[in-house]
Order: sequence, then C-alpha cells, then structure tokens
Amino acid sequence: MNIHIKGCRLIDPKSGTDAREDLFLAAGVVAAWGRAPKRFRADRTIDAKGLVVCPGLVDMSVRLREPGYEYRATLESEMQAAVAGGVTSLACPPDTDPPLDEPALVEMLKSRAKSLNLARVYPLGALSAKLKGKRLAEMAELAEAGCVAFSQADVPIVDTEVLWRAMQYASTYGFPVWLRPQDSFLAQGGVAHDGDVATRLGLPAIPSVAETASLATMLQLARSAGARLHVCRLSTAEAVAMVRRAKQEGQEVTCDVAVHHVHLCEVDIGYFDSHCHLVPPLRSQRDRDALRAGLADGTIDAICSDHAPLDEDVKHMPFGESEPGATAVELLLSLTLKWATEAGVPLVSALGAVTSTPASIMRVDAGTIGVGATADLCVFDPEAHVRITPASLCSQGKNTPFVGYEVPGQIRYTLVAGQVVYENAA
Amino acid sequence: MSRNPQLNEKGALQHLLTIEGLPREILIHILDTAASFINVAERDVKKVPLMRGKSVFNLFFEPSTRTRTTFEIAAKRLSADVINLNIATSSQTKGETLLDTIDNLSAMHADMFVVRHASSGAPYLIAQHVGSHAHVVNAGDGRHAHPTQGLLDSYTIRHYKRDFTRLAVAIVGDVLHSRVARSLIHALTTLGAPDVRVVGPKTLLPAGVEQLGVRVFHNMDAGIRDCDVIAMLRVQNERMRGALLPSEQEFFKSFGLTPERLALARPDAIVMHPGPINRGVEIDSAVADGSQAVILSQVTFGIAVRMAVLSILAGK
Repeated sequence: MNIHIKGCRLIDPKSGTDAREDLFLAAGVVAAWGRAPKRFRADRTIDAKGLVVCPGLVDMSVRLREPGYEYRATLESEMQAAVAGGVTSLACPPDTDPPLDEPALVEMLKSRAKSLNLARVYPLGALSAKLKGKRLAEMAELAEAGCVAFSQADVPIVDTEVLWRAMQYASTYGFPVWLRPQDSFLAQGGVAHDGDVATRLGLPAIPSVAETASLATMLQLARSAGARLHVCRLSTAEAVAMVRRAKQEGQEVTCDVAVHHVHLCEVDIGYFDSHCHLVPPLRSQRDRDALRAGLADGTIDAICSDHAPLDEDVKHMPFGESEPGATAVELLLSLTLKWATEAGVPLVSALGAVTSTPASIMRVDAGTIGVGATADLCVFDPEAHVRITPASLCSQGKNTPFVGYEVPGQIRYTLVAGQVVYENAA
Repeated sequence: MSRNPQLNEKGALQHLLTIEGLPREILIHILDTAASFINVAERDVKKVPLMRGKSVFNLFFEPSTRTRTTFEIAAKRLSADVINLNIATSSQTKGETLLDTIDNLSAMHADMFVVRHASSGAPYLIAQHVGSHAHVVNAGDGRHAHPTQGLLDSYTIRHYKRDFTRLAVAIVGDVLHSRVARSLIHALTTLGAPDVRVVGPKTLLPAGVEQLGVRVFHNMDAGIRDCDVIAMLRVQNERMRGALLPSEQEFFKSFGLTPERLALARPDAIVMHPGPINRGVEIDSAVADGSQAVILSQVTFGIAVRMAVLSILAGK
C-alpha cells in the first residue's frame, strides 16, 4: 500500500530534521520526503496538516505479562496499548513467569507478538537462570532466539562475583547488560523514599544509598569486565552525577529514567496513594530536578514507560502491601511532550529520548525516518490535550498516578512497516 | 492532593486517622470533652446513654489487648454495642481482602470502625471505602499514627502542666518505628509546645525527622535537660540485637531513663510511657514506679479521651 502523508511537520531526531515535508511510503518503507517519487500513486492520503510525524516510539521497558501473568494483561491488550501510544518497538523485561531464560520462551513470545502485526517486540533475556542470581543464563542461545540484551528486571544479583562473571560472559559476545541499581539489603522491606514523606507517613523507607552503592559497584564491575552497561531507571540526583562522571571518564555506559520520575516525587503520595507506589520509589523534588537536568544535558539517554499493568485488586491495598508499578506505555509520548514544554527543550531533541537514542542503545533498526528506512511512524497532534482517565486507556492495567491529568499530544496514527495499525480520527 | 480525608465538607471530624493537619480547635474540643467524661468512671453506674443503639466494631488486624480493651470500655460506657474482631486470626488468613472484610461488616450496619493494622495508611483506605454514615478511628497503623494515644498523652500533659505554650518535651527512644511518637509530635506542635525534642541513636530516628518541627538529640543527658515532660517510647525486643542496636544493656546505658538522669530534667517533670514498659531497657524501675511517673494516669485518661473521640464522631 502506498501512503502519502500530506502537509505534516516531520521530525527526525537522528538527523536533526524538523521541517514541513510531505512523506511518501511504499512497500513498507519511506520512499521519499518532500517530492513524490516517480510514478507514485497513493492508495491512501493522510491529511496531516498541523500534525507531527516522528519515528515510532521505542520504549525500553514494557511488561507484556506473558507468559505467566495473563490475568493482569495479555499480549493482545498491551500490544494494542503500545500502538495506541505511538510505540512501534519495545523491549520487554524478563520478569515473566517463568522468566525469559530459555530460548523456546523467547521464540514463542516473539512469534506470538509477530502474529499480531502490531509493535515490534525485543525481549530482554534473563542474565541469570530464573533471575536467581546464581547461575548464568544461556546468553548466546537466548541472543540467537532474539534477545537484544540481558537483564535482571527488578531482581538484583546479590552475589557480586556472579554479577562480575555475568558481565564478563556477556561481554565475551558483546551483549549489553541492562541493570537497575538497587542494593537488596539497603532496600529490604522499603516502599518509599527515605525522606520527609516516608517519615511523616511512617512508610518503611528505601534510602538513596541503596541506589548509589549498587550503582558504584555496577560501574566498577562493568569497567573491569569490559561490559556494555545500560543502567535502568535512575531515581536519585547522586546516581545522575555518578553516571555523568563515568561518561566523562570515557566509560561505555548509558542510562534511562522512567517517565513517572520525570514528573512526580514523594509528595505525590499524598494520603497513601498506592498508584504512586513505584520501583524505584518516587524520590525528593531535588532528585526529580536532577533527573530532568540529566535528561536535558544528555547524561540520561532515554525515557521509558516502565509499563507495568496491574489489576486494581493489588492496588486497592494499604500502600506498603500494594504491588508497585504503573501502566504507562500509552502515556510515554504525552508525558515526554509535557516535560519538553515545561523544560523548554526543543521537540526534536525531546523526541530523541524516546526514539533514536533508545533504538541505538538496543541496537535495533528503528527510531529514525530516512529514505529507505522501515516506515514505523507516529503521527500526533501536538496542540491537542487529552485528559487521562481509566476509560481512555487500552491497556488492561488502569493503574496510573496520572489519572485526571490534562496532557499534551494526541496520537492520531501509528504505522508499522507502512501499515496503519492504530488510528484515532479525533 | 485531595481534601483532608478526615474532615467533612463543613470542616468537622468525619474520621480520626491522624493528628497531623487537624486544627487546634478540634484537638482542644476533644480534650475538653474528655474532661467532661472523667467523672463517669467514678459513678456508681459507669454509663452515659450517648451512643445507645450505635454499633462500634473493633477491627484489630494486629494483635492488641490494651488498646482494644480501652476502646471497648469507652464504647460500652457510652452505651454502644461493641463487636470485637481479631482479624489477624480469622478471615484475612483465609485470603479475604481487606476491603472485602470491610464490605461485609458495612453490610452489618456498623456505625464506627476502630481499626488497628500493621500497614501504615490502612485506615485511610478503609475510610475511603466505607459509606458516609460510617466513621473510622485509627487505633494504630504501622509506624504512621496512633491519634488517640497522642490525644491521651496531650490530655495527660495538660492535666499536669496546664499550659502547652511554655513546655519542653523530650520524646526518647525508637522514634523510627513509633506511631506513638509521630502522633505526639503532631499534637504538641499543633497545641503550641515551643520545644519538642526527639532523643535516640541515629539508627532509631527517621530521615529528616526535624521537618516535623522537633529538635534532634543523640545524647540523652542533653536531650532531657530542663524538660517538663519526658515521653519514653517502647523499644521492641526484636530491634535489640540486630543492625539497629547491639544490646539491651547498651541501649539502657545510653538512653535508659534512670533516677540520676531524671534529675537533669525540671524537678517537677513528669514521665510518660505508652506501655507496656520494658523495665531495665528503656526505663529504670525506680523511675517507672516513682512519684514523677504518670503512666497509670495515662491509662485512665485514655478511656475518657476515647469516649470523647467516639461521641464526637457520633455527633453527640
């Protein structure tokens, strides 16, 4: 199918393009910008006046809940949610049940996802068998099955020797290692940031040093092992400074932040709002400011949704007993735009944090609009504002602290390989 | 952030969940009402008919004898019907969720829920869930709040010291895990006590505790010097031999209240403790049984304070 996207504002962060250009798609790829290629006959013309066309979003953390947690969400529901959010490529962490530590599981997931013809799924393999942090997973086999990197999701490896060896082994093959820094002893039993709010509300706390002590270990081990480290979900000002320093020293390290932490802080817990029970915990305003500054100066490479759909039953519980996590894949674009507007960051660089940069960290062919490149696109109205309600979400999980927020950016079309997979006439 | 969930549209008390954020007038009203109930206990017939026909459900998700009993006595002296449920040992172990339990009890037309729960914030969840006719009293949630204890402590202080606005009060021991300490701090700062101190080792004080309006002391002698009130906290046995404290002996040596230490406070200082006391751990027997201890008065006043809270919530 040939598609002519007419009169749009084309933003391609990778090439730094922000221009009014028509876009011509044919055979699943971008055939041309500006002028139609010879003998191009559009089967469909999308009038995109006033709309932005950018690469389909690349989300570094989306839990699809399969296998094992189908009662929370299914591949169908979450893949639909992804494209409703303009996300066309996503990495899914290995914290399924069983965890993604066997090639057959990964192949099954990939083929199930592929059959839906929605977003592209890039599984993260388990770094250790069963995520138990004792024995290495079969990384080479898993990579062959389609894993793009190796991760422990939210389960830290306690034994530093295993962690070091896992990094060495991964780096043997050049596999990136994605880890969230959290010292399991320091974080034990904690549910909120060790600050004013937890003190007032009497919530068991997770100190910042749980993140920084673990990050320091991780950086040193990765350096010694020669591993490509991607640090997931920074939450503290100190951790941002540590990554900044490591980058200045030339270490090959990248990092991301969850979109919640760009906007919220411990104060949002209010009167024990369990929707603000997240991992890592929402920290102080100072930490949030540092995360935003880190994004703006490029210390933090990417923003991800850290999508975690949950059923309401596990949120309708006292704060500390509720399950942490929030549904967010559909909010990634809007919340990124909200940050860009508030921080005065140009759209072209803000969108880089959810398209080209995560794609290059994942080393996948996505996140850019070039002639000849696969036509994975997100078309949105930057002026329209949407009000977030549970009913407005396609995800089976309705658990988000952003209910009631009015956010910029309405997705109008999502295209994967030149096909419209989501459409909102608005 | 939404409206204070314990006040109704008119600013009157709908639930008692925490002392934090309550206006001074409401606290004073509760203390004054409690004062009017003190003599009920001295009557031949220890009952007033204020809550006749109302049912009070004591919902204890965490074991407690003392607090549950005083709530029961308070409700009975107000002529309410009292139902005691120790949920720690019943439905929750069968897998029923907290809110299912509440739905079931609401269907039995409970007017008042007195809730104790091991998780901070659980009474908020219940308060959001019950209908507008029902009232929730927090009888202790996790480390968060124990508002009736904070009120009875305030009542005791007012009884002995009359005026809050000239007082120095030291709260000593395990503040980190203590809902009693948090509620007392909020009560005292609301009632105008100018010098509230917390005293303890760094391992037992929560991060940023000074934000609550207190001065922090890590030295017991300095912390209680010239104080009018010393509120000792209970140190749970399980905290004694781990990463927080090395031993009972060492804690007592550094932070135990002995007669020698007590002499550093004002000569007319009172000593409070929420009970049950650990003799020889946080407090010396000579102090616990001494003339400055008001620990048993606290228990007596506690019933009047709980009667006041229940009757005010019932609209009487």
